[in-house]
Amino acid sequence: MNRREREAAVRRSMDRSPPRVPPGLCADAVRRGGRLLRRRTAARRLLWLLLLAAAVAFAVWALAVQPWVAPPSETTPPLTDW
Amino acid sequence: MRARHAARDARRAREFEAFVAGAAGRLLHAATLLTAEPPDDNPRALRLLTRALADTYARWDRLRGEDPYDRVRCHLVTRFARDLRHRYGVPGRARRRPAGPLAALGPRERLVVVLRLYEGVAEEQAAALLGLPRERVDTLCARATATLWSARGSGDGARPATVTAPGGGTRS
Repeated sequence: MNRREREAAVRRSMDRSPPRVPPGLCADAVRRGGRLLRRRTAARRLLWLLLLAAAVAFAVWALAVQPWVAPPSETTPPLTDW
Repeated sequence: MRARHAARDARRAREFEAFVAGAAGRLLHAATLLTAEPPDDNPRALRLLTRALADTYARWDRLRGEDPYDRVRCHLVTRFARDLRHRYGVPGRARRRPAGPLAALGPRERLVVVLRLYEGVAEEQAAALLGLPRERVDTLCARATATLWSARGSGDGARPATVTAPGGGTRS
């Protein structure tokens, strides 16, 4: 008995007695999938919201502090030989 | 905006229902072979398949031409393999006696046999899906068919005492 014949026999044995698909399977999958989808949408929305909040906070801080402006010099060079 | 969403939901549900109507029988058969449950009492296979179908439904709009059947099968197989690794024999839950045509095989051999012989997936693809080298898939398949061949007629569910040596020595 070679391998090809054995594989054919296994295929035949597997094709016997297929299970019956229960009627509620599709509805069940749609319900679960819909829940997954809603949860993912909510998570994505939350992340975008967080990103937006961070951007706004940064903008407000930057406008208030203006870190790009050089601070006014607080020391003056010593005045000698006047 | 809301109307467009509703229309998309309806279209998705319609397409998905058509897909399930066409593919569920074969997929459930594959899942039942994987879990080695009797065809009329297969809660684990049903759970696996429902989860895989739900995942496919959730990304139905973003499949971009990918075959949903392939996607469900891939999910089914990786999920089964992961469950094998993580909770092989949950304490407190008695493992059921394997049944069905692949009862004489271990779970990994069942994976290979279902992918290669029932689904007809190419060896390279099956190897990539399972994360095994191609030669290993070949060996597992050969060993599994030999086991099944020698177990035939000896009753359902009995694992034979002699398992042929690995390494392709069973090929003729």
